[in-house]
Amino acid sequence: MASLKELKLRINSVKSTQKITKAKQMVAAAKLRKAQAAAEAARPYATRLADVVGSLASRVTLSESSPRLLAGTGKDQVHLLVVANSDRGLCGAFNSNIVKAAKLKAHELTAQGKTVVFYLVGRKGRVPIRRDFPKAIIGSFDTTTVREAGFTEAEAIAQELLALYDAGKFDIAHLFFGKFRSALVQEPTVQQIVPVPAPKAAVSDGAVVQYEPDEETILAELLPRYLRTQIFGALLENAASEQGASMTAMDNATRNAGELIKKLTIQYNRSRQAAITTELVEIIAGAEAL
Amino acid sequence: MPLHFELVTPARLVLSEEVHQVVVPGTEGEFGVLEGHAPFTSTVKDGVIRVWRSENGHPEEIPVKGGFAEVSAKGLTVLAEHVG
Repeated sequence: MASLKELKLRINSVKSTQKITKAKQMVAAAKLRKAQAAAEAARPYATRLADVVGSLASRVTLSESSPRLLAGTGKDQVHLLVVANSDRGLCGAFNSNIVKAAKLKAHELTAQGKTVVFYLVGRKGRVPIRRDFPKAIIGSFDTTTVREAGFTEAEAIAQELLALYDAGKFDIAHLFFGKFRSALVQEPTVQQIVPVPAPKAAVSDGAVVQYEPDEETILAELLPRYLRTQIFGALLENAASEQGASMTAMDNATRNAGELIKKLTIQYNRSRQAAITTELVEIIAGAEAL
Repeated sequence: MPLHFELVTPARLVLSEEVHQVVVPGTEGEFGVLEGHAPFTSTVKDGVIRVWRSENGHPEEIPVKGGFAEVSAKGLTVLAEHVG
């Protein structure tokens, strides 16, 4: 049986842990609202661009001269997995779920005889992926220097990916991130980003649209932009998911700490009473002996 | 008749309002868009978009980078990566 003092110290320690988890929960709730608003604000641009790229892609027939971003390299040997994680922990299984999905895909591709390489975004994915695939990481992007990943970061990531693509380092790229469903549910999601899967063309209103310059030139210019937007969208989803996961995890932690405190307090009170009783018995026994 | 003009960046919807005329710096030359313009799609070079809110007013100038303009029956939409 732990001594009274030990119990008291233990209770205090759990209490301060609870304070931390409670604070983190509230911070996450506030940040979640912001991240959600940002994700929502980015939607008009993404849908419009997808519409335009879709309608353009449906007009252009794939040929030798088609932009490589749309047509691909003609091979599917080397697969790049772009894994977007958060920089901070304290968000439950959020990061490990994304990493798990990526590893699953990687093993599946290796079993098919393909080569798998990784490009990592964010800090939390590095260690677990390096443990399983120590030599497969060909690049990473550090987001720890900025408060929240924005379009500038998405641009930088896309640029690096395009450089790797042009250098022939990979044929197909998939993006892994946590899709935000609700504060309670975040889905690890895979999305092919290179070659660009043509979005479904919006129903055209039958009007003849003029293009300046021609369709193919516009498409060639829009594809990298579409890639950037996709990555930007993934970063925003990720940010919202992280906060959602963090909020849920911290809510659970706070509740667990509360239960632990209750249990310890009961134990503390019992031992205190036992000590008092023993003392009383001793005094009475002493008095009777006289 | 007003023209519905929208300026969108990846981060947010910057502008969405009824205006008189917009002059956009297209890659192959500037073009002005009034109400009822034929459907038209063009890339936009880095430059300044000029927006006339009324026929005789002064244009408002909005610098854009990495843009793309689309004219449809619904109006003019400019997608730009950077605004201002």
